[in-house]
Amino acid sequence: MTMQKLYLLVPLAPLFGAIVAGLFCRVIPRWLAHTVTIAGVAAAFVASVLIFQDVQAGNAFNGPVYTWLTSGDYRFEVGFLIDPLTTTMMLVVTFVSLMVHIYTIGYMQDDPGYNRFFSYISLFTFSMLMLVMANNFMQLFFGWEAVGLVSYLLIGFWYTRPTAIFANLKAFLVNRVGDFGFILGIGLILAHFGSLDYKTVFAQAPELAAATLNLWGEQHWSLLTVTCICLFIGAMGKSAQVPLHVWLPDSMEGPTPISALIHAATMVTAGIFMVARMSPLFELSTTALSFVIVIGAITALFMGFLGIIQNDIKRVVAYSTLSQLGYMTVALGASAYSVAIFHLMTHAFFKALLFLAAGSVIIGMHHDQDIRNMGGLRKYMPITWITSLIGSLALIGTPFMAGFYSKDSIIEVARLSNIPGSGFAYFAVLAGVFITAFYSFRMYFLVFHGQERFGKDNHGHDAHHGDHHHGLAPGQKPHETPWVVTLPLVLLAIPSAVIGYIGVGPMLKGDYFQGAIHVDDALHPALAHFLEEFHGAAAMGLHALSTPPLYLALAGVLLSWFFYLKRPDIPAAIQRRFSALHTLLENKYYFDKFNEVVFAGGARLLGKGLWRGGDVAVIDGLIVNGSAKLVGWIATVARLFQTGYVYHYAFTMIFGVLVLILLFNRV
Amino acid sequence: MSTYPLLSLAIWLPIAAGVIVLLTGSDRNAPLARRLALVGALAGFLVTIPLWAGFDTTHSGMQFVEMGSWIPRFNINYHLGVDGISMLFVILNAFITVIVVAAGWEVVTQKVAQYNAAFLIMSGLMNGIFSSLDGVLFYVFFEASLIPMYLIIGVWGGPNRVYAAFKFFLYTLFGSLLFLLALIYLFVHSGSFSILDWHELPIALGPQIWIFLAFLIAFAVKVPMWPVHTWLPDAHVEAPTGGSIVLAAIALKLGAYGFLRFSLPIAPNASHELAPLMIALSLIAVVYIGFVALVQADMKKLVAYSSIAHMGFVTLGFFMFSALGVEGALVQMISHGFVSGAMFFCIGVMYDRVHSRQIADYGGVVNTMPKFAALFMLFSMANAGLPATSGFVGEFMVILGAVQFNFWVAFAAAISLILGAAYSLWMYKRVIFGAVANEHVAKLSDINGREFAILGVLALCTLWMGLHPQVFTEVMHASVNGLLDHVNSRIH
Repeated sequence: MTMQKLYLLVPLAPLFGAIVAGLFCRVIPRWLAHTVTIAGVAAAFVASVLIFQDVQAGNAFNGPVYTWLTSGDYRFEVGFLIDPLTTTMMLVVTFVSLMVHIYTIGYMQDDPGYNRFFSYISLFTFSMLMLVMANNFMQLFFGWEAVGLVSYLLIGFWYTRPTAIFANLKAFLVNRVGDFGFILGIGLILAHFGSLDYKTVFAQAPELAAATLNLWGEQHWSLLTVTCICLFIGAMGKSAQVPLHVWLPDSMEGPTPISALIHAATMVTAGIFMVARMSPLFELSTTALSFVIVIGAITALFMGFLGIIQNDIKRVVAYSTLSQLGYMTVALGASAYSVAIFHLMTHAFFKALLFLAAGSVIIGMHHDQDIRNMGGLRKYMPITWITSLIGSLALIGTPFMAGFYSKDSIIEVARLSNIPGSGFAYFAVLAGVFITAFYSFRMYFLVFHGQERFGKDNHGHDAHHGDHHHGLAPGQKPHETPWVVTLPLVLLAIPSAVIGYIGVGPMLKGDYFQGAIHVDDALHPALAHFLEEFHGAAAMGLHALSTPPLYLALAGVLLSWFFYLKRPDIPAAIQRRFSALHTLLENKYYFDKFNEVVFAGGARLLGKGLWRGGDVAVIDGLIVNGSAKLVGWIATVARLFQTGYVYHYAFTMIFGVLVLILLFNRV
Repeated sequence: MSTYPLLSLAIWLPIAAGVIVLLTGSDRNAPLARRLALVGALAGFLVTIPLWAGFDTTHSGMQFVEMGSWIPRFNINYHLGVDGISMLFVILNAFITVIVVAAGWEVVTQKVAQYNAAFLIMSGLMNGIFSSLDGVLFYVFFEASLIPMYLIIGVWGGPNRVYAAFKFFLYTLFGSLLFLLALIYLFVHSGSFSILDWHELPIALGPQIWIFLAFLIAFAVKVPMWPVHTWLPDAHVEAPTGGSIVLAAIALKLGAYGFLRFSLPIAPNASHELAPLMIALSLIAVVYIGFVALVQADMKKLVAYSSIAHMGFVTLGFFMFSALGVEGALVQMISHGFVSGAMFFCIGVMYDRVHSRQIADYGGVVNTMPKFAALFMLFSMANAGLPATSGFVGEFMVILGAVQFNFWVAFAAAISLILGAAYSLWMYKRVIFGAVANEHVAKLSDINGREFAILGVLALCTLWMGLHPQVFTEVMHASVNGLLDHVNSRIH
């Protein structure tokens, strides 16, 4: 098989599985649905490994598959760009997707929508692969919207639940706000570069660095700044950056496997990937990078705070995802694209692990998701416990674990960056370390350690978002989950532990990306400075012992241990003492309320006003029916003269003759 | 090139079939009338396929031309021909006729022969509009096509059908009277009624503006453009399902087609002068109507308003004078034929079962009609412009063309990305998702084979055009470039 055919196989194998499982979901048995989809994704994974090796050997590829559309002087093609950035994403996507497919067999075994679910997640895998393998903006946008569609379908998977179908509509619309910016960015690219092909666009970018755009009056804006900010607005939607982050916590209404696959490991990182892919453009606009780093820092810090007060196990992980996406965005803003991709990869493994472990806990707890009802689960669910611990340690940046290398690198490049806003970003990511450690271990301690609080029949609380509103009956104990659930946990725990140590040297220091990522070292030297100080993975791990992040993380863990295992009365007291702050966090800084009242309510009000005022009152009432009435009125008046009485007509005639005689007499 | 008079067949075959169907008379012969109508519609569709198969994509002028003298004294001819702009609409029209006949199969039980005959005759008349190259011939077809639509709304329509039918008729008739004046003016100046001769006629800017405005009123009503659009929601609400499908899929395209065949080439300077007005009206249609669509409680009204918003993209694309804009607009017109036709059919499917079009009367339809819900999802997404569906292609091209033209025009147009998703998916959520809302929904039966076939065919068309639009645009290139060269050469 030639390599080109192998490239085609990667997206098409999952698509085939999705079509079979989807079109015939009512006809085929369950084993067939999961076999065909898992086989498709497994084939894609194996092919991705082969392609990865081929690309590492220096065989990158860039070429069209077919011509989608031509118009005027423009040609839009569907095509693949296979370089190290693509293959990294392909490996992450297919591997995590494969784990999630296997896990789903266990998680969804009682669900009537079993076949449909497999169809959706395979369709997602196809869409995401089309996104990362694209060699042009049109196909990127196709993949971008297609993953949004599948996300919509999966958040609303349990379509009878009002919260789920509210959340999926919200997710789609918020993403559309991002796409609004994205398509304008793509439009600017086409208008000024004459092509949507990455290679052509990137080659021309330096020539257009000084080009300006006349947007308003005499103000001249840098073309690339406007373009990059428009593109980044798209990334803000998909990668859930403040203020377009509001959809991600609600997306937890979907089944847990897709929270792991779509809303943690892969789809939400599409924005990060896109900016890294566009590095030749972003490098030319320091203003845009500054915008990126500030947005990322705000997301990293403020979304972390919200993780502290969540009681739903999935929502804690969701806010942690938001915060980590902020970290990646900070890395992008500091021009350390390779560091962002590195964190994207390590995060994909440990966050998928944490989500799937949370799902395992949810199964063990019979679909109770409230961490206040858990405690001491380590005895009953040992594999879930150990793998969760590995995931949490990786997340908070324990030296030598995966998250440590990527996160410490981000903190370092934020410190070394000279971009405006990097000072704030450095503070945000540093403070974020403490917060991450605190909320991660708060959850860990409340779930796996301490007093056993389950089986007490206390489901009267309102913060309950359980998948099926079950829970353990009094006296019932949690149980470890079947092997189809624990196997993916173990397989994800391995890279969560070691991928950082293996990857940091080659991915950051070496020529891993072979020019797929472009950094202007003279203008944005943060990464170069960082790499000067870098002397191998082991040295970096040891060096951490003398830097603040490690101690901040340790402090976070210790504080959560003290608060939630030793003295559970303290957090309650703090909550009472600072109730205003707590209310602010509980309401998620009032973003949702604001959007509901101002945007959703405003749009409906405006629509009603335009309809009732414009269409019904003015156009129809005044003009259309008004002119009909006018005709009617004229007719009524004219009718007065046609009474049908002969003496009226005779009188009128005589009167007319008299008037005429008078007139002519005068002349 | 074929020696058969293909265009004449495309016009007169459905009309003849319509007359034959009429001859079956009363409803005692309804099954026969249905079958004859289907055969007629299919035959009408088949004869249009050679137009595409035999089309010369390198040629920008008219093809399949037929010429015969009609009224020699005034130099009026039976002159037919299609180019890359009009050819696809003839085929789309013939295709939609098949869909419409199938859509009314079990549903229409009153005056079956007359119902089907009206659609067949209208189909032939509208093919006449798309292929006429003589001004008078065009005008005759343009006016004659009003009559069947008027009857369809007035006879088979809803409770308020008489108001709607009159509103439709008067609105469009008012527009066409000014159009007739413009035609007479052009005849007086050129001594010919040939549209192609008029394209070459040098006219000063002043008269061009008057001609343009006369055309504008006629075509704007048909499109419909804001603010002469209010007949459309009423007409849709009262029309039977088949009427709505034809209205949305074909009738709205007549006005837009008129802009390309008359306004732009005959009055190029005026088109340029008045382009800002046209773009402003188009953007109002996109944004204003988008908001209005959002708050509709009646599903048909919602889709009717969304049609107006989508047609706003068409007129926007025309008046940017770029290949991307014009071709994007044409793609949008064809796509809208599939998608809005399917949307109205979906609403008809629910209306046939529940006898309500109010969103509030539904909820949780997916529980009882899963197959329908899946197909309706596809069309709602296409209506929202999702990539891989046809709805995306035209919007994408027009927005990209608009960025070249002016960033803020594109900015306003791109708002439809959000609004289109909002009104389409919000309706979908309230109608389809959720728990079963009432006993009507609980009693629903999923779509039958006929309904599945109709929606399936439309779904394939939507996906085909979304995944490989090149097939559709390559036939347009030569003619669109020819038109733009012509318009731009007259400016400089």
